[in-house]
Amino acid sequence: MTEIRWHSRAGQGAVSGAKGLGDVVATTGKEVQAFALYGSAKRGAALRAYNRISDEQIFDHAKFMRPDYVLVIDPALAMTDDITMNDKETTKYIITSHLSKDEVIESIPALQDKKERVYVVDCVQISLDTIKRSMPNSPMLGAFCKISGMFELDYFLENMKRVLAKFPQKIIDANMEAITRAYNEVK
Amino acid sequence: MAVEFEVNEREVWDGNYAASQAMRQADVDVMAAYPITPSTPIVENYGAYVANGYVDGEFVMVESEHAAMSACIGASAAGGRVATATSSQGFALMVETLYQASGMRLPIVLNVVNRALASPLNVRGDHADMYLGRDSGWIQFGAFNAQEAYDLALCAFKVAENHAVRLPVMIHQDGFITSHTAQNVYPLSNEDAIKFVGEIVPVDDMLDFSRPVTYGAQTEEDWHFEHKAKQHKALMDSMSIIDDVFAEFKKVSGREYKRVESYDMEDAEVCVIGLGTTVESARVAAKEMRKEGVKAGVVAIRCFRPFPYEEVREALRNCKSIAVTDRSSPGGAMGAFYNEVAAAMMTSQSRPLVTNYIYGLGGRDISIENLKTIFREQKANADAGYITTDIQQFTNLRGPKLGFCKTERN
Repeated sequence: MTEIRWHSRAGQGAVSGAKGLGDVVATTGKEVQAFALYGSAKRGAALRAYNRISDEQIFDHAKFMRPDYVLVIDPALAMTDDITMNDKETTKYIITSHLSKDEVIESIPALQDKKERVYVVDCVQISLDTIKRSMPNSPMLGAFCKISGMFELDYFLENMKRVLAKFPQKIIDANMEAITRAYNEVK
Repeated sequence: MAVEFEVNEREVWDGNYAASQAMRQADVDVMAAYPITPSTPIVENYGAYVANGYVDGEFVMVESEHAAMSACIGASAAGGRVATATSSQGFALMVETLYQASGMRLPIVLNVVNRALASPLNVRGDHADMYLGRDSGWIQFGAFNAQEAYDLALCAFKVAENHAVRLPVMIHQDGFITSHTAQNVYPLSNEDAIKFVGEIVPVDDMLDFSRPVTYGAQTEEDWHFEHKAKQHKALMDSMSIIDDVFAEFKKVSGREYKRVESYDMEDAEVCVIGLGTTVESARVAAKEMRKEGVKAGVVAIRCFRPFPYEEVREALRNCKSIAVTDRSSPGGAMGAFYNEVAAAMMTSQSRPLVTNYIYGLGGRDISIENLKTIFREQKANADAGYITTDIQQFTNLRGPKLGFCKTERN
């Protein structure tokens, strides 16, 4: 079982990101789960979204999770939310930030002993450049693809196109570009 | 003629979407609804299917849940296939009309996305609304995940509309944990689904003007008792028809349902019996307990009404200590589900130890570790031969431990 926790603000697309990831993963024949925890849903409020991925049917319905990956798609939440909560010695962190990797690690005390498991990518800027608005969920999927090694980029892009099929071609293309850039830029 | 809506063999759907797809495939004639979190997307999606021409049904907007069920009653008495969805306070507001629907023997299907009842206000899931419906004369199915919310919704029409049953059916799914959690769902094709559900054959439909009938007549003491007794008997007799429908569903889907489900119970010494998503989490916990050498199993209620006393007794036959889990505030008593399981086991030969755990109110999490603690306490009971804890305990509650009632021992 692979478990993923997203830290995000309502409106940044973590719920769609988690569901989109679930959709793509399901095409590989795996079983998936995607859910979110939020209070009264207000744009900008901190929320957490979750994925479980397994070769077998997923029976665990608990919110409690010890994540294998923590995906932070809001730069400020990396500093203010408890992103290392319930983590493991192998948990990998992918954090969106305009800061360098060293600067990010330096500014988050909880990451000091996990430096080699921290990856940084500027999903906000990438989405501003490609999708033309701050929508850091898509690029985060590209970064996750790279760090987890779960999929080849091309395979992921092909399946994401299907997930996004209801959108205009322009938006699909922008998302593909965002995913590809984050895949290549995550450090 | 409705536009074909494409479904894939494998979808990633949440419980609400799955239920709304079942409503679409079952070709519902009338859905009257007043939306409420967390069941809103079921009726919202169905409304979109109507607006986009994917179904030939009618969507009736009403001013309350009381009116929603009232409109469903009218449409069902008129002879249509009728369904709606609700949760929590909406369900509470429907209660009067729930009794009307079952008393008039109308085969309405109600998707209930379980949510806590206020006060305090809470949109998250527990089983307070489900329990509120338990004496209403409806058949109640419990889904433990999105797939089952879909499957059981299709089965619900077939059971409700069976002329030997003619009773309304609720399908329960856990608010958010099922309704808003996307998981792999393997739907039937549109063709197979409608073929399985079949066409509704109305009984005494009010639109048959050549044969006028009365619904909801007044009986007073002369006949009320006989009507209610007959209704209760119809509920009890529906068990075999539910079994038949589940068997038929297995033929088209490959998925098998039973009114009582048992997991790892062949040699189980201790078990958790539960409702909803917790059943599946408990299965994970039981597997882990077995690695610790505890013979743990799980029993689950698929059909909460009519309550399967005999099947529960059979499933728990060889168990020494049983934890009955209630996800509803017991309001000054043992949990209602506990009372039913305890009543079933009171008349068994084995008379096992039966304990009650109140958990998960208002969406409070129940982790695998919480469930393992419950299993460990059952093991201690089984070894001691008596209940070593309070009979009723609260799981994963903040603050000091809370429990009530001790076993009487010499």
